[in-house]
Amino acid sequence: MPESIIQVKGLSKTYSISQKPGYLALRDLLAESMKRPFKGRGRRASKERFWALRDVSFEVKRGEVVGVIGRNGAGKTTLLKLLSRITYPVSGEICLGGRVGSLLEVGTGFHSELTGRENIYFNGAILGMKKREIDRKFDEMVEFSGVEKFLDMPVKRYSSGMQVRLAFSVAAHLEPEILLVDEVLAVGDVQFQKKCLGKMKDVSQSGRTILFVSHNMAAVASLCKRAILIEHGRLLMDVDTQKAVSTYLDRNTSEGAAITSKGLKGRVEGVIKKDNPTIQFKEVAVLDQNGNPRNSFSSEEPICLSVAYECLTQVSDLQVIIHVVNAENELILATQNQDSENHAVFSKVEPGIYNSRCTIPPNLFGQKRFYATIHLRHAAIEHLILDRILFFDVTFSGYNDVVSLHRTMANTYIRPKLRWETGKVNNFCEALEGST
Amino acid sequence: MNGEIVIRPQRNMFRVGLRELWDYRELALFFVWRDIKIRYKQTAIGILWALFQPVAAMLIFTVFFGKLARMSSDNIPYPVFVYTGLLLWNYFSSSLLHSSESMVANANIIQKTYFPRLIIPLASSLTGLIDLAIASLVLAALMFFYHFSPGVKIIFYLPALILISFLSSTGLGCFFTSVNVKYRDVRYVMPFFIQTLMFLTPVIYPISIAGDKYRWLFLINPMSGVIETTRAVIFNTRAPDPRMLYSSFAVSAVLFVTGIAYFRKTEKYFADII
Repeated sequence: MPESIIQVKGLSKTYSISQKPGYLALRDLLAESMKRPFKGRGRRASKERFWALRDVSFEVKRGEVVGVIGRNGAGKTTLLKLLSRITYPVSGEICLGGRVGSLLEVGTGFHSELTGRENIYFNGAILGMKKREIDRKFDEMVEFSGVEKFLDMPVKRYSSGMQVRLAFSVAAHLEPEILLVDEVLAVGDVQFQKKCLGKMKDVSQSGRTILFVSHNMAAVASLCKRAILIEHGRLLMDVDTQKAVSTYLDRNTSEGAAITSKGLKGRVEGVIKKDNPTIQFKEVAVLDQNGNPRNSFSSEEPICLSVAYECLTQVSDLQVIIHVVNAENELILATQNQDSENHAVFSKVEPGIYNSRCTIPPNLFGQKRFYATIHLRHAAIEHLILDRILFFDVTFSGYNDVVSLHRTMANTYIRPKLRWETGKVNNFCEALEGST
Repeated sequence: MNGEIVIRPQRNMFRVGLRELWDYRELALFFVWRDIKIRYKQTAIGILWALFQPVAAMLIFTVFFGKLARMSSDNIPYPVFVYTGLLLWNYFSSSLLHSSESMVANANIIQKTYFPRLIIPLASSLTGLIDLAIASLVLAALMFFYHFSPGVKIIFYLPALILISFLSSTGLGCFFTSVNVKYRDVRYVMPFFIQTLMFLTPVIYPISIAGDKYRWLFLINPMSGVIETTRAVIFNTRAPDPRMLYSSFAVSAVLFVTGIAYFRKTEKYFADII
């Protein structure tokens, strides 16, 4: 039985809530005490508190890779900040059995005036590497980042992609006993994200202990066997990843799954756009089968894409087109209202507000993040586009209990449940001849 | 478990954590190295700027105080007199200014990674030593020009004088940088504070022009003792006053200890409020 390397007992952290910005000016303090000379400041400060974490306890064994999931603001990052000693708890305690490296952000301390080479050294040192360690891994880092040629150029002349790649490759070569990772995979292009995920897998297989915070359920599921679900600062469950992820998805009716006209403002691109519009987007949303907006789905659920729009004049030939694309904007699926709707419905549309819904059947997608681009077309007159306005994550739940999750090949875009038939062939040649 | 780290709500504020600081000594040097690099990036004359400031100040003071106001300088040529004062004063003031800005200037790093926070103000003070070393070359040239030769004593005195300057600027810097995390007013107070302090320190005038009545003012100002002793040692005209040196040292030690204690007491919440 491996020993625990992280022990967290009754950990709590509060932040005081004040309407004022994070820091104060002495002036405010003076003004405050003038206004209320008989009130102690200390008491006022202790009044309003926000519990970022409340009584959280868990243990992690050496070599385990544990996912930490939960909504924005649930307390995941606070937990990592406490574990990495950036901030301190108000109660409870943490025992760590080894050197901690935390990646709360890539490129911490990067300075735009310094060259790539200099930044590698400084960033490495900030993350806790010794100079000798950096010397030793320098070539490897440079190769991983792919910026060899620009090593002696100030990073201010790098593209943002190059900066991120360089920063990540420093971070990826950190070798502490405990690695805390927060959403760092959310940077860079998809190609690079894949590379990062691969690197993370290598690290996890080398027996290091990792705590991995992410909103990317697919990444959590593929890296971690066990996950901790945090909600409103409390530890909701500490179980195997599958269960945690599905619970999280159930409870997660996320923001950003429905976007109203206010949010759409400025997002509409027009191939043909008019000064006097004839059509207008009102609201777009990703909905679950009960009509609730949501961003995360299990592959067993239908996904509903809903588009509300207004026709300001009578519109002949109205088309609603949805493209489901990946993060690289490669088309995975295209569909339009005219595929299945009656011709009469869209050939002559009276002014008014309409809602078109398209339901993607269950058991189609693999474990990926998808984006939806929505076109609204008044044929030959007006064509509005909302480019990748919605996204949704699919967690592949497997079609068969017998096949373990690691063998399901979940990580593809299309992973439909198709019909398979297998029969025993007695005489192969005969069968072959028979078929011709 | 070996190498165990326990994190608890803070209780003991007077543990300085010297061992941990020592473990992170390389990082301090990296901070120094980075600050030097950044400061002189994309400049034509680079590190020669470290000479410009004290030399320009020397020229201005020589014209206005030495020539026009005929300030007494204990019979020492005014340029070399004032440059001696400026040398350690500049070290003190620039490291004080930089260290009191240092936490806020590195806010991003503080919020994202852990290391002993003391590294940051310490590195700011250490960075100043490099400028001090470069500016000392000019002093050497001036001394050669005016035919002053310091005695062997300087080997013993110089480290002590630099140490006192380091202790006082770091102590004050640690205090102000902690306050600055919460109250940004410090940024506006510092230049004024430093300027006032300069006139209360015998930088451009000798201590002899102030009467005995104000002697105590110089005794509680560690930089007075430092500058007076530097002059005594370098010009070799009189014996340094041990009283001033001891009181300087005592005051600087007090500043250093209180500054660091205050810093340690507040540092755990820097990341939350910065």
